[in-house]
Amino acid sequence: MTETISIVPAAAKPQSNSLFSHARYVVAENPVTGLAFALFALIALCALIGPTIVPHDPLASDTAAALQAPSWKHWFGTDQLGRDIFSRVIVATRLDFIIAIASVALVFVMGGFAGIAAGFFGGWTDRLVSRLADTIMAFPLFVLAMGIVAALGNTVTNIVIATAIINFPLYVRVARAEANVRREAGFVQAARLSGNGDFRILLAHILPNIMPIMMVQISLTMGYAILNAAGLSFIGLGVKPPTPEWGIMVAEGAANIISGEWWIALFPGAALMIAVFTFNLLGDGLRDLVDPQRRT
Amino acid sequence: MLTTIGKRLLTVLPTLIGVVIVTFLLTRALPGDPAAYFAGPAATKEAVEQVRVSLGLDKPLPIQFVRYVNDLVHGNLGNSLSTGRPVVTEIASRLPASAELTLLGLILSMVIAVPLGILAAVKQGSWIDHTCRIVATAGVSLPVFFTGLLLVYFFYYILGWSPAPIGRLDAFTSAPPQISGFYLIDSLLTGNFETFRATLSQLILPAFTLGIFSLAPIARMTRASMLAVLASEFVRTARASGLDNRTVIITYAFRNAMLPVVTTLGMVFSFLLGANVLVEKVFAWPGIGSYAVEALLQSDFAPVQGFVLTMAVLYVALNLLIDILYGVIDPRVRLEG
Repeated sequence: MTETISIVPAAAKPQSNSLFSHARYVVAENPVTGLAFALFALIALCALIGPTIVPHDPLASDTAAALQAPSWKHWFGTDQLGRDIFSRVIVATRLDFIIAIASVALVFVMGGFAGIAAGFFGGWTDRLVSRLADTIMAFPLFVLAMGIVAALGNTVTNIVIATAIINFPLYVRVARAEANVRREAGFVQAARLSGNGDFRILLAHILPNIMPIMMVQISLTMGYAILNAAGLSFIGLGVKPPTPEWGIMVAEGAANIISGEWWIALFPGAALMIAVFTFNLLGDGLRDLVDPQRRT
Repeated sequence: MLTTIGKRLLTVLPTLIGVVIVTFLLTRALPGDPAAYFAGPAATKEAVEQVRVSLGLDKPLPIQFVRYVNDLVHGNLGNSLSTGRPVVTEIASRLPASAELTLLGLILSMVIAVPLGILAAVKQGSWIDHTCRIVATAGVSLPVFFTGLLLVYFFYYILGWSPAPIGRLDAFTSAPPQISGFYLIDSLLTGNFETFRATLSQLILPAFTLGIFSLAPIARMTRASMLAVLASEFVRTARASGLDNRTVIITYAFRNAMLPVVTTLGMVFSFLLGANVLVEKVFAWPGIGSYAVEALLQSDFAPVQGFVLTMAVLYVALNLLIDILYGVIDPRVRLEG
């Protein structure tokens, strides 16, 4: 744990240099991490400028050209309504990306702060937060997400909230453990002796110190968040039909699989798989970067 | 042993109370009018008021909670709006279909993942080890509904080996008499091998889909714990005593390596029970997952609530079972208990 403290943020110049060279070393040692960063850049690019570069309108239907196999005109073929699947897959990136980022950001704030407070204060704060996390963990997580969306209402916002809630215990656990270790650390005692209050110590001293580990957690749960959100929209929750979104596109193509039109479901499904794969690899790579001891 | 189990049973109580509180809050304390939920989207104002009074929703929250718990104790989960039947009977009649699918999926993935993990650890750095790593990474990245559709495309449309994904049995076979509710077991018990074959052919693809999904964590954990055990002193001693490789690995290393794997099963079940819903949707499987999904899309809330509660209670029970199993495998746990 002491190593992680030494490479922490707000760093002076030589430190960020060493972090950079360490990053280069990790990428060179494991080229897969480099691939993950490249894929991530591609996904981010699609999310940013996707809608402006696609060849066709993702919502424009053309029943004369329905169910066409992939060709030069339609790279990924067309669906039941003659919409261009390539354009729809690219445009969908933004929505899937936003859902995942929003839910992870939400759980980072909720779970991160609850966890730090539990680890730092101990006592009843700890008992309350831990009990809450345990209760969430008592449910099969996807099932709980279904229940939450059903209760809150069938919207994209509620998919974000449900995904955040089922990830809550993971964040609490990490933040709590890390904050607990640093509770009596020298720099915390120094800060306290200089007259800082508890909340200032939490936010200005402990939080920056556990940020690297939390970043790893974020990238590890991004993939899971995308899978979860796509699963919910696959069963018909959240995103409404004409909107391009990977999970719902796979659901739309599901009926055509048994009559042989594989392209409708395959391409959005593959996009989903690549996105999840990228975030999982990225998480492993970031973990190597931040915490060499846990390297696999 | 019995006192250990008894003590463990007591620790389940707070968890169960938490689960009941959460499912209660899901319906009552959240934004929107719960009476409108239960009355359905097409209900008139009077109908909503009638539901409010009949469900006791006009009373304060603590009284509602007592009433809710009382209903649960009497096995009353309310009625489904769309079918009008009690949720409890629907779930009870559909549960065996889900359980059969999930258990077969778990068995398939154990049968593949455990040997794979052991071989990967024993032959570290070999092609088996690399296969294991690829399987483990790909397995967690594959959306379970996507795997299912790919399997259907290859084995039904291209190869024609498996039947259409239309549920537990094709239209020409009738269900075996109800004994355990598991078609595989019931058809064997009644000696009906034709039904057994038909059931298995319908079951194999969805079960494999679930199996692929849960392969990754089991294989990864088996490999890791096997590596740790192989490096330990008692394995070195066993080797030094001249025992052959087979005995060392199977008798000594394997049994110890299984302990962390059994612990992982708890997490695997959490994934499996969730993935089950998606797989049931893909294969038109008449289980509780597809029941809940249908109800959810019609804003029929009572079945969804019953489903979430059933799944949570099942999951808590499974975790309890795993803990007890852990004590059976590892005598040290029993002594400490």
